[in-house]
Amino acid sequence: MAASQGKRMKGSVSREAINRRELLVGIGVAGAATALLISNGPALAATEDGWEAALKEIVGDATPVEGKVMLEVPEIAENGNTVPFSISVDSPMTDDDYVKAVHVISTGNPQPMVATFHFTPESGKAAISSRMRLAKTQDIISVAELSDGKFAMTKQTVKVTIGGCGG
Amino acid sequence: MSTKPRIRVPSSAKVGEVIEVKTLISHVMETGQRKDRDGNTIPRNIINTFTATFNGKEVFKVDLQPGISANPYMAFHMRVPGPGDLELSWLDDSGKKITEKVAINVS
Repeated sequence: MAASQGKRMKGSVSREAINRRELLVGIGVAGAATALLISNGPALAATEDGWEAALKEIVGDATPVEGKVMLEVPEIAENGNTVPFSISVDSPMTDDDYVKAVHVISTGNPQPMVATFHFTPESGKAAISSRMRLAKTQDIISVAELSDGKFAMTKQTVKVTIGGCGG
Repeated sequence: MSTKPRIRVPSSAKVGEVIEVKTLISHVMETGQRKDRDGNTIPRNIINTFTATFNGKEVFKVDLQPGISANPYMAFHMRVPGPGDLELSWLDDSGKKITEKVAINVS
């Protein structure tokens, strides 16, 4: 009687222990899953995949050459809401040899594409200036699409003190 | 897009000269990422296309994304083939289009 009671007691204790362990494990898994969701959620919107996909869509299988494109951005932008930038591409801009387009990609914004500027030989000069929004410190990529089907690109880092994506 | 856009071109140019055209228009450039106080997403409304046409021929065009700042500033170049009108237009997501004409004088 006493022995069986003892067994029962032991049994119940260990069952409780298992239950508690299962519970703890369960909480742990759920917690980890939540943490994963949280860390993945906002990151997904602006991961490296985002801008890499955007770049891939522009250049396809071509390998852009470095240089030829001049991208002027401030080293430090105090206000990410309006960051001035200038791009110029070294090109004669004749009917046979001109810059068709210049694409601007941000690596750390919710949406990687910033703008695409389309030129014609009548543009005379492949040079533009505008202003962009930057959510945080990041690299800006400028890709030039040339009339012979080749691509040229350049990259610059901008440090952003106050992000420009609002609430 | 209530106020008139500001456009600056040189007062006169030589034939074949490459001039810079500077433009500024007031527009909220709502990104579609922001939420109002009740947590509803504010719908995107940006100027999505800017076009420059000289004597009916397209010279320059921009596809704008929400990454362009509010009140977009655009400066670009064009080769002056002769006297004529430069037509600039801004089109936004709501379908509103603003078109401005500026004369290019040749000396």
